[in-house]
Amino acid sequence: MDVNKVLDAKGLACPMPIVKTKKAMNDLEAGQILEVHATDKGSKSDLTAWAKSGGHELIKDTEENDVLKFWIKKG
Amino acid sequence: MSYVRKNDSTKRVETHFFLISIIPLGVVRMPELYRRINMSEKKKTTIVLFSGDYDKAMAAYIIANGAAAYDHEVTIFHTFWGLNALRKDENIQVKKGFMEKLFGKMMPRGTDKMGLSKMNFAGFGPKMIKGVMKKHNALPLPDLVEMAKEQDVKLVACTMTMDLLGLQKEELLDNIDYAGVAAYLGDAEDGNVNLFI
Repeated sequence: MDVNKVLDAKGLACPMPIVKTKKAMNDLEAGQILEVHATDKGSKSDLTAWAKSGGHELIKDTEENDVLKFWIKKG
Repeated sequence: MSYVRKNDSTKRVETHFFLISIIPLGVVRMPELYRRINMSEKKKTTIVLFSGDYDKAMAAYIIANGAAAYDHEVTIFHTFWGLNALRKDENIQVKKGFMEKLFGKMMPRGTDKMGLSKMNFAGFGPKMIKGVMKKHNALPLPDLVEMAKEQDVKLVACTMTMDLLGLQKEELLDNIDYAGVAAYLGDAEDGNVNLFI
């Protein structure tokens, strides 16, 4: 997978992961992919809902050692 | 020959009449149409912040920041005790009556000085919760307000309650809006999320 940008949101609490993701997404073109790392437990639901509402595509998400990773394709 | 010409001119008159009648219709309808298109593009969130408690104001500002990240147009309408969230933290000299001075002294000057709605323990509660928040990396309320401004959240102070509590523009943050109930309703009537906190 071609990742265009990686956002480290580890250690940040709500609402920061979403705010940072939005900011990072603004710098990308449609079709590009953003990788997000977060530790906030709510970020899975948050990013899923956010991507859906914004017309982006959550391609994949993983969880290892309490770090959640997301790959979002800009819509 | 003359018959054909006559028919031709009536047709032309008809087209002219049709055009003349349709142009004003378009001009009148355009702003409304534009508004509708615009509305469907960007959603709106409005929050009435009535409370002057640290925890409740924090909830309001977290939702506001989240909504801004959702690309909503966000308005926080501060009224009554919620106005204290917009106060500058320094003492600003303005002309006031006795009651207004008293109110000004008794109310928190800015978000950092607010108390908790539960377990305030005469000011010890906020100290405790700020320590816990630091541990969990949660943004303190003053930072949330800054973040909201950065994200172009519209901060509005209710002018009627400003008069009641004796707060003046000089005492409140710069670059905020001043309005009344009608302006709030104007935003709220096409709001997708409207909250009262």
